[in-house]
Amino acid sequence: MNKNKNRQGKVIFSEYLRGDGIKKAISLKREEILLELKTSKLKGRGGAGFPTSTKWMLTAASISDEKYIICNADEGEPGTFKDRVLLVEYPELVMDGMVIAGYTIGAKKGIIYLRGEYEYLLKSLQDYLNEMRKDNLLGKDILGKVGFEFDIEIFLGSGAYVCGEETALIESLEGNRGEARNRPPYPVNTGYNGKPTSVNNVETLATIPHIVLKGAEWFLNVGTDNSSGSKLFSVSGDCAKPGVYELPWGTTINELLNLVEAKNTKAVQIGGASGFCIPKSQFDRKLSYEDISTGGSVIIFNESRNMLKVLKNFMEFFVEESCGQCTPCRIGNVKLLEGVEMIEKGEHTFTYLNKLKDLGKTMQVASKCGLGQSSPNSFISILENFKDEVLNYSNGGNNGRI
Amino acid sequence: MFVEEKTSLAEEIELLVKKHGNNRSALLTILHEIQKKHRYISDYAQQEIARHLNIHPVEVYSVISFYSFLNSKPKGRNIVRICQTISCDMKGKESLVKAIERELKIKIGDTTKDNKFTVEFANCLGLCDESPAMSINDRVYTKLTPEKAIKLLNEVK
Repeated sequence: MNKNKNRQGKVIFSEYLRGDGIKKAISLKREEILLELKTSKLKGRGGAGFPTSTKWMLTAASISDEKYIICNADEGEPGTFKDRVLLVEYPELVMDGMVIAGYTIGAKKGIIYLRGEYEYLLKSLQDYLNEMRKDNLLGKDILGKVGFEFDIEIFLGSGAYVCGEETALIESLEGNRGEARNRPPYPVNTGYNGKPTSVNNVETLATIPHIVLKGAEWFLNVGTDNSSGSKLFSVSGDCAKPGVYELPWGTTINELLNLVEAKNTKAVQIGGASGFCIPKSQFDRKLSYEDISTGGSVIIFNESRNMLKVLKNFMEFFVEESCGQCTPCRIGNVKLLEGVEMIEKGEHTFTYLNKLKDLGKTMQVASKCGLGQSSPNSFISILENFKDEVLNYSNGGNNGRI
Repeated sequence: MFVEEKTSLAEEIELLVKKHGNNRSALLTILHEIQKKHRYISDYAQQEIARHLNIHPVEVYSVISFYSFLNSKPKGRNIVRICQTISCDMKGKESLVKAIERELKIKIGDTTKDNKFTVEFANCLGLCDESPAMSINDRVYTKLTPEKAIKLLNEVK
């Protein structure tokens, strides 16, 4: 994997020198940084879109002798690889973001939860951290700021998608099975080892140094009213130029498809397996928190793709990755996969498929964590948006139409 | 298992506990290191780790059984993982699987007779823009063709 620093973008891929954000941050008061973040309206880039300033304020306000900042690099959603690119090509942004977070919330320790599949990045990241220690960007009295102590360690995951969910991730760090916790309490007051913990996505942390350095107003100039700034999109599937793109929030699907030179596109899966499948008729929709909110996975399907097969791949994924802790998710995903297989063999009834859609809706409200709450999204959106195609198999080849 | 083997494994675990601490949060790191070196975590290792961490051995087993990269039964000397998730699936994962199954004369999920390879599926390796992808141990390979994949396997000692 080569480092490709010719990337274009208004925020993350704009120019940045290692340490600059930290220098600026330690010249400010913690409250000033929090206020700047609040003004910037930065929301979590992992997909859920929780306001970062609120998360940090709650962690900063918790009283404790120990606090933690965790970088969630358990990037497991099918079709997303932006965090890999950030960690390989822009470690200065991610690490500086963590140091600034440590300063702001009062944490002395940062942990990067790196997914097991990215083990090959471990060595270079550790070397990078050592360089930072040499340059006093980590350690004690960072850059001469007396009393400011912070260090980062890397924890390697072991191949469980569910650990991207923040409470499952914390369970995993504590040496347990990665099973999501009941909330409340939230990690901001009862997190890693029971201490206040802020868990942030790699991309969120990588955005922070730019905001601290250039200010909230600058950041608000990019994006839309409710979705400030830009987003990294991981684009794969049927297009000439797959890869990571930084685009302002509010970009339409059509604009993105033109950029990556996708031809004869039939559908686009936004948000990975747990996201939504968008048909051609809706390609003028905007990628933003107010329209289609996403963690940035974009998978493109051209006319030749069989959407039922795509759906089957997604459901197989969820059956394997469900942690099995709660019933709606453990049994629900198996039932949805069985439904897909029934359609494949022409053994379904419409009554039963409607029941399965209802089951999907039940899973969305009854599952304990984001995995089960979002896994029926593809099932419901593909069956609804690609009804004719999907049911074609068993309805005489043209779904009853001439 | 021979007594000497037991002793050396016990010593190894003792060192790991010294290095990473004997609290529960060190468990996955210790398991990871044992797995990396021995390619599985034996019943004996599980018992020893549990003893040092002051937890029941079945707690250790429950953690191992949860994570797909940890296993309590031996696997081949080299672990080959083929990404089965959608982008790799669309770009020809199936032909990689067929070629590898033919070449190694095993089915996916199995270990070769000479114990050299275990081949399994992985869920999204995060290389969707360079699909299809596969990993051999902790290295990843992208934009594969069946021919390239076999060549890579042949280069493994």
